[in-house]
Amino acid sequence: MARVPEPAAERPATASGPGRILVAVYAIFAVAATSRAAVQIATRFDEAPVPYLLSAFAALVYLLATFALARTGRTWWRVALAACSVELAGVLVVGLLSVFDQAAFPDAAVWSNFGMGYLFIPLVLPVIGLLWLRRTAPTRTPR
Amino acid sequence: MITGYSVAVALCSLAVAAWAFVSAARNREPGKPLLIGLVALEALLLVQVVIAVVLLIGGDRPGSMVTFIAYLVGSLLILPLGAAWALAERTRSSTVILGITCVTVPVLILRLSEVWGGASA
Repeated sequence: MARVPEPAAERPATASGPGRILVAVYAIFAVAATSRAAVQIATRFDEAPVPYLLSAFAALVYLLATFALARTGRTWWRVALAACSVELAGVLVVGLLSVFDQAAFPDAAVWSNFGMGYLFIPLVLPVIGLLWLRRTAPTRTPR
Repeated sequence: MITGYSVAVALCSLAVAAWAFVSAARNREPGKPLLIGLVALEALLLVQVVIAVVLLIGGDRPGSMVTFIAYLVGSLLILPLGAAWALAERTRSSTVILGITCVTVPVLILRLSEVWGGASA
């Protein structure tokens, strides 16, 4: 497929250039988190309902972020901003809770211990996402 | 699962990943040799699936059949999907995406062998 060059005056789309790397990593996490949460909830939901529901919520946020970042337009940019913000808040809150209350998180979810089980990528990813969204902010939208 | 073979495939995919990251650092779009490397890697993964299926037919059982099959299917899909996304817009970022895609292969192989060894998820 031929690459369509961006007009110089416009901001780059979120899924263009380096943004495509971000979408790829988000997609990997979306698939991993969704399938893991599905297995956890399907097979042993009773063991730890709260962490597993959090896993499912995290999976939804990753799916939404992936989809929104891969799309163009102001609305999707806003959706991506919301998803990345929720994701950052989620990994920080769940990370803190899991450190102070180990008993409530008997099984590792994607956000527990600030995503340590996933090489802290869950912590770094929303930060990079938000920086990228700032770079690709639609013009005339105050940030 | 044959551990030696799995480790070999994991090492090969790390080698292809390193190759991709080096060529991205040198500002290269994905070239033909790198793509041939990916095709070779996919062939190795296909052989691994054949090995796993033969062992399953022979009566071996993983910790969780559903999880094992899911990882097995995932190991075949990751490279084609990653390559499709990477090559839709060819820049040096495409090369980075190919590298990241290759890095996920050892993770999948690790999970596959964990589940094969009796882990349930």
